Amino acid sequence: MATVKIPPVLRASTDGEKEISAAGASVGDVLRSVTESYPDTSGQIFGPDGDLNRYVNVYLNNEDVRVLEGLDTVVEDADTVMILPAMAGGAG
Amino acid sequence: MATNYQDFLSKIKEQIPEVDPTEVEAILQSDDPSAVVVDVREQQEWDESHIPGAKHVPRGYLEQRIGRAAPDLDQRVILYCQSGNRSAIAAKTLIDELGYTNVESMNGGITLWKQRNFPITIPFQYSDAQRIRYSRHMLLPEVGPGGQQRLLESKVLLLGAGGLGAPVALYLAAAGVGKIGIVDDDVVDASNLQRQVIHSTETIGEPKVESAKRTIEKLNPDVDVVTYNTRINADNIMEIIEGYDVIVDGVDNFPTRYLLNDATVRLQIPVVSASILAFDGQLTVFKPYEGPCYRCLYPVPPPAELAPSCGENGVLGVLPGTMGLLQATEVLKLILGIGEPLVGRLMLYDALAEEFTNLKIRRDPNCPICSREPDEISEDELGVFPDYEAFCGGVVTG
Repeated sequence: MATVKIPPVLRASTDGEKEISAAGASVGDVLRSVTESYPDTSGQIFGPDGDLNRYVNVYLNNEDVRVLEGLDTVVEDADTVMILPAMAGGAG
Repeated sequence: MATNYQDFLSKIKEQIPEVDPTEVEAILQSDDPSAVVVDVREQQEWDESHIPGAKHVPRGYLEQRIGRAAPDLDQRVILYCQSGNRSAIAAKTLIDELGYTNVESMNGGITLWKQRNFPITIPFQYSDAQRIRYSRHMLLPEVGPGGQQRLLESKVLLLGAGGLGAPVALYLAAAGVGKIGIVDDDVVDASNLQRQVIHSTETIGEPKVESAKRTIEKLNPDVDVVTYNTRINADNIMEIIEGYDVIVDGVDNFPTRYLLNDATVRLQIPVVSASILAFDGQLTVFKPYEGPCYRCLYPVPPPAELAPSCGENGVLGVLPGTMGLLQATEVLKLILGIGEPLVGRLMLYDALAEEFTNLKIRRDPNCPICSREPDEISEDELGVFPDYEAFCGGVVTG
């Protein structure tokens, strides 16, 4: 299973989990597996058309999946998927 | 076959074209110089004096760095040194080894140039106190007297004198950044002092810009602090940011982030941008036209109900310190032109895991802003996106 890293702004939707193991042969499958386990993440990751929201970037092993094959990008077991929504997170 | 230096030099000078200082002076005086003039002497010689308008590529770094000074192999390149010998040898290298087609060496070097009373850039005169204060910078070859002079002549604008702005301001001031502008309309609150180390118990209730200015002036009298006790908005942004070399951004809301992005792309000012939340931080450098801009990364903001951080959030007090110092480091790298700035990369920091991750971020060829030339971006377009007012009211907080 791939490792999915959850950013701070989404952790309220994953019961505070920072890393989730999720099954799937593609980036889309892995993310759908995350949203099935944590339904609150669904609206933040996917738009109504089932595609990635444009304010969310997803990286496979540190590369933006949009420059790979998008949601169809093949995922191997040892891969890391990072979800990164736009964050204007405070100057503190 | 052995040969002595004079024979070697004579042979080289037979093979490369030379140009007279008078012609070079005329070229540099023109509005659109037809040649790039390159000083190939050592750092120390350059720091003592050089020809105004020349670029500096020490001979030891010629092959590595000439591409930055003269990217086009067919452009006219004029090299000079102290007396015209090292520049002749360097010219031969450019022609024979690197494929430059239009290289000349200035005969007589800067010595003849000075004899003809042509202008030179007067070296920066450090006071004794400055030599001591900046001695650890002077000892670094990557900084040295020339780099320190660049710092003293640089202008950096900080958006916010809060968690991130506080350590950035302190360290840039200590480093000798000559002009530091600070934009903030907040006053110091006791709850700020857990992390905003530029303020103090004594300055609670004072405008943050004034509190920060006093601390900086105590730390380093070389720094000119310019205060803007206001919020950045569409009406004042161009007036405030124009003329600064680098902007340090800790903006916490989307309207201002887009506004800042668009205005800095238009003015081609690099932005060192960071954000923090709880135990995590993000950092990148948005350098217009060299790397992606904020809109390349996020063409649209999330809907208001999903936008984090409009309200107050907890933050580990040291986290803005860590991220602020990484911002300050990037600022110094940009000013000094050293290292690999964090352009096209987004760094994530997880303080609890003690983990740094670098993600690749790329320019969007269809970016609504940075796919166009700067002068094609009109003022009416700056910061425009749907539901502009639906967000947190365009506030820069500390």
